[in-house]
Amino acid sequence: MVKLLVDDKEIEVKKGTTLLKACLENEIYIPNLCYLEEMEESVASCRMCFIAIEGEEKPVTSCTVKVTDNMIVRTDTPAVRRLQRSAFRLLLSTHHVDCRNCPANKRCELQRIAKLLKVGLKQKKLEQILKDTAIDESHPCLDYFPNRCVLCGKCIYVCQKQNGKAVITFAKRGFDTVVSFYGAGDLSAIPCGACNSCVEICPVGAITKKA
Amino acid sequence: MNPDIKEKPNQIFSGILEEAQRRKNEFEADSAPKIHIGVATCGIASGALETKKAFEEALDEQNIKARIHTVGCIGHCYAEPVVVIDYQESGFPPIFYPEVTPGKAKMLVKFFLKEGDPRLEHVLGATQENEMIPSVMEFSRFNQEKRVVMEKCGHIDPEDIYDYIADGGYTALEKVLRRDPVEIITEIQESGLRGRGGAGFPTGKKWDLARNAKDKDKIIICNADEGDPGAYMDRTLLESNPHQVLEGLVICAYAVGAEKALVYVRSEYPLAVKIVTKAILQAKELGLLGKEILGTSFNMDIEVFQGSGAFVCGEETALIQSIEGYRGMPQNRPPYPVHKGLWGKPTVINNVKTLASIPPIIKKGAAWYREIGTENSPGTAIFSIVGNVTHPGLVEIPMGVSLKTLIFDICGGIPNKKKFKAVQIGGPSGGCLPAEFLDTPIDFDSLTEAGAMMGSGGMVVMDEDNCMVDVARYFLDFTQKESCGKCTFCRIGTKHLLNILDRITIGEGKPDDLNMLQTLSEDIKSGSLCGLGKTAPNPVLTSLRYFLDEYEAHVNEKRCPGMTCRKLTAFYIDLEKCARGCDACVGCCPVDAVFTTSNRKKGIDQILCVKCGECMVACPPDYDAVMTVSPPELAPVIERPKEAVEKSK
Repeated sequence: MVKLLVDDKEIEVKKGTTLLKACLENEIYIPNLCYLEEMEESVASCRMCFIAIEGEEKPVTSCTVKVTDNMIVRTDTPAVRRLQRSAFRLLLSTHHVDCRNCPANKRCELQRIAKLLKVGLKQKKLEQILKDTAIDESHPCLDYFPNRCVLCGKCIYVCQKQNGKAVITFAKRGFDTVVSFYGAGDLSAIPCGACNSCVEICPVGAITKKA
Repeated sequence: MNPDIKEKPNQIFSGILEEAQRRKNEFEADSAPKIHIGVATCGIASGALETKKAFEEALDEQNIKARIHTVGCIGHCYAEPVVVIDYQESGFPPIFYPEVTPGKAKMLVKFFLKEGDPRLEHVLGATQENEMIPSVMEFSRFNQEKRVVMEKCGHIDPEDIYDYIADGGYTALEKVLRRDPVEIITEIQESGLRGRGGAGFPTGKKWDLARNAKDKDKIIICNADEGDPGAYMDRTLLESNPHQVLEGLVICAYAVGAEKALVYVRSEYPLAVKIVTKAILQAKELGLLGKEILGTSFNMDIEVFQGSGAFVCGEETALIQSIEGYRGMPQNRPPYPVHKGLWGKPTVINNVKTLASIPPIIKKGAAWYREIGTENSPGTAIFSIVGNVTHPGLVEIPMGVSLKTLIFDICGGIPNKKKFKAVQIGGPSGGCLPAEFLDTPIDFDSLTEAGAMMGSGGMVVMDEDNCMVDVARYFLDFTQKESCGKCTFCRIGTKHLLNILDRITIGEGKPDDLNMLQTLSEDIKSGSLCGLGKTAPNPVLTSLRYFLDEYEAHVNEKRCPGMTCRKLTAFYIDLEKCARGCDACVGCCPVDAVFTTSNRKKGIDQILCVKCGECMVACPPDYDAVMTVSPPELAPVIERPKEAVEKSK
């Protein structure tokens, strides 16, 4: 076991645990979108879970750091909050905020983070840039909403895990990156009818079952 | 102890060396003139293949026997196609001819090879000291260079392994195979060699980490995924002297204890792919690669892997992902590739230039290498210098030479009597440095301190006619397109930076934009996952730091000081300079915006003008009457005569 100090609170966790997991297990919430406990390696793509470790010059992502004995951690320094707010505003600048009509309303991870960071969901600092396609309906039983998606990649991971071979994948690149269904030849062979993993795991309601 | 260590030179290699020497002697003993033509990609693009054909035809027509020797690139882009004619019987030393067009080739055959007149007006210089023609070594473009990595480029035929061997090639490998691998790593560590891919990590340390990694199965990768706009050092090396890179690769594998290596080269470099593939085959045939290399127990194979052109795949973790068949997306480090790399095996990833530095270091020793360059950055740096310089091309200089010496002495300074404005170093990850930094020595640490970076060695020189906001916009446009889309800061942040810069360059910048650019850039720099995102804002940050006045002029006055941003610039014709009756600009205007005034001079209809600048190019230098002005409202109004208005309808 390893003992460390997070925001002046002493916690004890198993050796080899990531800092993010250690905090979450001890009910210290750190904003995160792409982290899944069962993943072998952290994806570290959402850039939300910054924390400050004493002795380190800059905030680091807590999902990529393993705990060490006597580590002194702060989760709310100005530098940490600045990076988190900045990343969060960037995500919101590509997010179509329409909570009332969103299935994720009230369980949405973005709402939770907004509350913690005290950033309004309708941020005004950055220009809103939405994608042209509001709904990708190409999948026989799922709909995908690019302007809700935060590209955390959890859906692809669980799909792969559940079905051996993922039915969905990242497509295009850079700013245009989306999650996409790559039309398997025989549509009756896809497992999506009975499986609901991607819909359930999505933190923002970007994938829904077709009505 | 390694059982292979022997005092005696390797017998198999001695045989190969003898054969190489025999071929060289035979070539040199031939009294026929020798024509060396540079046919790397840059030479071919300037017409070297046509030149070669013209030589062959002319030799045929004139019935002259001569030997054409195709070589790689010598690095003097301004002079391509480059030809060196070595005609001993004429009494002249070997002569360097620049810009040899097919016409010039035929002329040289006729006058020089047939009649013995070297046509001195076309000569750049002799390649050897002599009493008849000034040597090229009198030019600073030649004599201030220090060639270690590029020493043989442009002199040997890259497609003939014997050419390389006769020039001392593979002797380092022969030497290495008689020594203990640990000694090799120590030698490289002592040389102080730092990775030439950009980050400058000590090469010897990387090798040592990989050697000591637990997994016995190790892999070496030569990273030739060069993608910076305007940088082409790696391509040139692979096309001009592939064996030096391969030799470095084999030595690295021997030192680290690997049996497998890959050359990761982008498929947009078809000639490099072809030449490296051929070089590997040749090395295998001679037993310098494959099973039991030179009769020892050391086995090693090299494969070529073609990248699909994503810039981010030059980042080592993304490179590994792409070889494994995944999307080229960077992964969090640690684990570093030396611990867990390709297929989970310890992997050394070295840049082309790093590997090509290995054979000279082994041959001449760490102490010799340390004497070149500076204390913390030993050795040489290769830059591809492009933009507004008189003699662009590849330059290899000792580390520590100042930017001023490089740009003004070696590359001939800024052409057309223009003033120097900035130099962009390190490609899209680098920064723009103004004139105050010209005394900065070129080495890893000084450049980083100044806000630029060594990067892989791209250098763009800019004169007073460049707009720094537009330059920042250009590089951001590149990185934004090349972002893999994985992490939030790089994916969305660079898009916002680009949008703001776009807005500023069309005169729609808002007062708060500059603040936003600064803070967002800082956040992207500290928050991004990989090197691409971490360095992408550098062009913005450095131009904001050193050229804030230009940003302010765009935002506050809607004025572009470099007169580059089209929306903020107008073209007009200076009636004092314009010549009566000249129609050069009228003919070239694609939108008929140029009209004739009542006194038969010209004017530009500002409403029709699309600001392509063609008229400026077409206006004869004697008049030089087309002017630019910013903001566009300042352009003098020249009325279009009534009948011209009628006519244009």
